[in-house]
Amino acid sequence: MTPRTRTFRILAAGAAVMLAAAACSGGGREKTDDTGTSGGGNAAGSSGYTIAFITHETPGDTFWDKVKNGANQAAKDTGVTLKYSSDPEAPKQAVLIQNAVDSKVSGIATTLVTPDALAGAVKAATDAKIPVVGFNSGINEYQKLGALMYFGSDETVAGTEAGKRLASQGVKHPLCVIQQTGSVALEARCAGVKSSVPGTENIQVNGADDAAVTSTLQAKLAQDKSIDAIVTLGAPQALDAIKAKEQSGSQAKLVTFDLNEQAATEIKNGNIVFSIDQQPYVQGYMAVTSLYLNLKNGNDIGGGRAVLTGPSFVDSANIDKIIPFTKNNTR
Amino acid sequence: MSQTLEAPAPAPSEPSNRVRMGLAQRLLSRPEIGALVAAVIIFIFFLIAAPSFRSAESFFTVLYQSSVIGIVAVGVGLLMIGGEFDLSAGVIVYTAGLFTSMFCWYYGVNLWLGAALSLVFCLLIGFLNGYLVMRTGIPSFLITLGTFFVLQGANLGVTKLVTETVSTPDISGIDGFDSLGTVFSSSFKIGSVTIWTSVLWWAFFVLLAAWILQRTRIGNWIFAVGGNPDSARAVGVPVVRTKIGLFMAVSFLGWFVGMHQLFRFNTLQAGGGVGNEFLYIIAAVVGGTLLTGGFGNAIGVAIGAFIFGMTSLGIIYAGWDPNWFKAFLGVMLLLAVLVNLYVKRMATARKVG
Repeated sequence: MTPRTRTFRILAAGAAVMLAAAACSGGGREKTDDTGTSGGGNAAGSSGYTIAFITHETPGDTFWDKVKNGANQAAKDTGVTLKYSSDPEAPKQAVLIQNAVDSKVSGIATTLVTPDALAGAVKAATDAKIPVVGFNSGINEYQKLGALMYFGSDETVAGTEAGKRLASQGVKHPLCVIQQTGSVALEARCAGVKSSVPGTENIQVNGADDAAVTSTLQAKLAQDKSIDAIVTLGAPQALDAIKAKEQSGSQAKLVTFDLNEQAATEIKNGNIVFSIDQQPYVQGYMAVTSLYLNLKNGNDIGGGRAVLTGPSFVDSANIDKIIPFTKNNTR
Repeated sequence: MSQTLEAPAPAPSEPSNRVRMGLAQRLLSRPEIGALVAAVIIFIFFLIAAPSFRSAESFFTVLYQSSVIGIVAVGVGLLMIGGEFDLSAGVIVYTAGLFTSMFCWYYGVNLWLGAALSLVFCLLIGFLNGYLVMRTGIPSFLITLGTFFVLQGANLGVTKLVTETVSTPDISGIDGFDSLGTVFSSSFKIGSVTIWTSVLWWAFFVLLAAWILQRTRIGNWIFAVGGNPDSARAVGVPVVRTKIGLFMAVSFLGWFVGMHQLFRFNTLQAGGGVGNEFLYIIAAVVGGTLLTGGFGNAIGVAIGAFIFGMTSLGIIYAGWDPNWFKAFLGVMLLLAVLVNLYVKRMATARKVG
């Protein structure tokens, strides 16, 4: 027993030393009394509508956080009760839609990332006279499935526009970084870039491991010195790409899809040339608001056509205006 | 690598009434020799197939990639020799980083304190893993699968709660960042080659583990509890303490890599690390560790991690269609295991015949 007590004593002494060393230190969160949350509006549920909000979110992705923030704000503003649920697997997402139908919600907002798998559940909703709005993905299929409206970015258009911008800056051989194998949306972005810059090359990286992303990109930049631009499809990968560029001494231009606070800072610093933002906050906000307007007032936003939330370009010209919103996690 | 070839013969304390083996046979009976052969073949293969693989810079990028996997794999390898699994090893890396980052950001305290507390926290998780396995008798596969899910969920839930988003804030402005960065994730240049300290740490941990396994009493205990826990207990090996210690070693090394990730990248995504637990196990298995325990060594696990790093980056250096990446990786790993098995069979056949 003695060795154990001794170990404990050593640990306790160590902890005491560490606590003593824990003097106030800079660089942490700004300590303000932020008891009052941003945004006002009506109390939840005061309009009497309940809207199911269903996505194919991969847990832990900053992108979906913004979609959710938009939806929550819209629910607050319109007095709608929001029921959020998500599952990255198509069959399970279909069950979530069916659940919403069964619980007789007033409206359903859902991503249509795998239209074929979700068609049955969406039909069950329209059969039950529940209005359905698509957002984020499914721009080509939402009408066929019976959804009333659509809010999102056309990935191919976004990729094409990004490619055009790169081409105008003299880029010949961009590297398009896919962080999630087999994602249709990500492949569409790279295909869009390629349609504007034929020399585009794709590469797969493991998005769950920053060190792996960095060394893979570093290896690629060393292998092919003719790469003159890197296109990352998510903000965290853009930050990894900066590290890879430093390591390999590459002068390639870096552009990215989507934003977060750090990526916005790097745009300001000039390490990222521009970001193609599909404005996820707007997608969540509009999906809920449009259902509210449809239920309340019979509106049809977009008049039967998809409403595009992007591509919105963020670069040195407008970054100062946008940085505060990235801190709020709304852009 | 020449060091492995010159590795010492079985401990001199063993009685000498055994059949004396020749040098070749002694080499072939070592766990890492199959992996070494596979590594050499793959290395030569990429030297031929990928021109940009042939530089010293590339070699050290491969070593870096291998080290990030390899450090945790050392612990996982020891644990597997001890007859247990740890599926929570991938996410604990991120748990460690997230804990340090958010604790220090939220309370505005020195990062050294956060790093120390997260070490204590990780060791507790390792202890809990080991304690539950030993106390309940439930296979470690199930216990650590539970831990895996708990940590994965807590990583996301707590991060969202504290930071209101699912990635951590940039901590590069907090006191202690530079000094911790020097320890865990600095690099230096020799000529045009960048060497990351993680590579040196990896080498250190591998040698330390190899020494513990081959030269110390604890090493004997690890082999004994993995080979046959009942007879180990009968001869007085502290089975419970040894196994709990192994789980804590995995957690410690996970914490170590977590610190590297945090101080190299400043921010972490809460969903990271999932899937890496299999890479550690693959490295250990390719390196000659038996899935059933009781056989393997640290050098082998290191070679296993090196094969993984070499293969994953070699495909990039060769400039092949990235869509085939996983398929090619799988083939490489299968081949490595087959070569491993073949060499091992040859070795045992000669011993018997």
